[in-house]
Amino acid sequence: MSDKLTFDFLVDGTDFTSAGQASGKLKKNLRQLGIAPETIRRASIAMYEGEINMVIHAGGGKATVTVSEECIEITLADNGPGIRDIEQAMQEGFSTATDTVRSLGFGAGMGLPNMKRYSDEMTIDSTVGVGTTIVMKINL
Amino acid sequence: MKISHIIEHLDAKVVWGEEHIGRHVYSACGSDMMSDVLAYVKDQSVLITGLVNPQVIRTAEMMDMVCIVFVRSKMPTNEMIELAKESGIVLLATDKRMYEACGKLYAAGLIGNAVRK
Repeated sequence: MSDKLTFDFLVDGTDFTSAGQASGKLKKNLRQLGIAPETIRRASIAMYEGEINMVIHAGGGKATVTVSEECIEITLADNGPGIRDIEQAMQEGFSTATDTVRSLGFGAGMGLPNMKRYSDEMTIDSTVGVGTTIVMKINL
Repeated sequence: MKISHIIEHLDAKVVWGEEHIGRHVYSACGSDMMSDVLAYVKDQSVLITGLVNPQVIRTAEMMDMVCIVFVRSKMPTNEMIELAKESGIVLLATDKRMYEACGKLYAAGLIGNAVRK
C-alpha cells in the first residue's frame, strides 16, 4: 500500500439518530484493507465521538480519512460555533451539551477526551464563530 | 461466559440473534451514558443498558461488542434491531433493573472492563 487512500464522508447535522453512519462505513472500509481489528476499533471510536460532536454542537460537517503506510489520519471539519476554551473542553466531565443530548446517552464530557485517548496524536484548531477542525492520527 | 448463560442468569428474552447465543463474552460494561461505554474497551464484551436509541447499537458496533442486554423491560425499536442484525450483535431484554442485572452477572464470574489509558 504505497499510495494514500482517501475516504470522504458528509456528516448530516439534522438527525441525531443517523449519527454514526460515517463511522460505520469507515469501519467497513478499514476492514476491507485488512487493518488489525484493534486499530480499526480505535479509529472507529475516535471518528464516532467526533461525528457525534459535530451533530450535537456544529450542525454537521465533513470527515476526511486518509490511510497511508504509516497511519490512519482522520480530519473532522465543521463550521460550527467553535470551542472557546480548548483546555477546558478537554477535561473529562466538562460538557456544554443540552439535557436532550444527555437523555440520549451523550454529553458526559467524554467525547474529546475519548478522541484523544484512542488516537496517537490529536490537534484541535478552533475559532469561535468560524468552526473547528480536528486532526487525529492512529499509527499503523 | 456464553450468551446463553447470560439469558439464564437474567431470565432474559432473545430479541434478536438466537443463532449466536453460543458465543462467548469475556467482559461487561453497564451504563446509560454511551460516552462512558466508549472509554472502556475489551474484546467480546456485553453492554448492559437501560437506554433505547440507535446510538446504543452504534456504540456497541464501534466497540466490537457481541451482545446488548436491555434492562427494566426496555425493548429496542425495529430500526435498532435492523442495525444490530447488520453487525451481528445479539439483543436481549430482561425485566431486571441495572443494579441487579450487573450484580448477577458479576457474581456469576463476568468481570468488568479496565479504562484504556
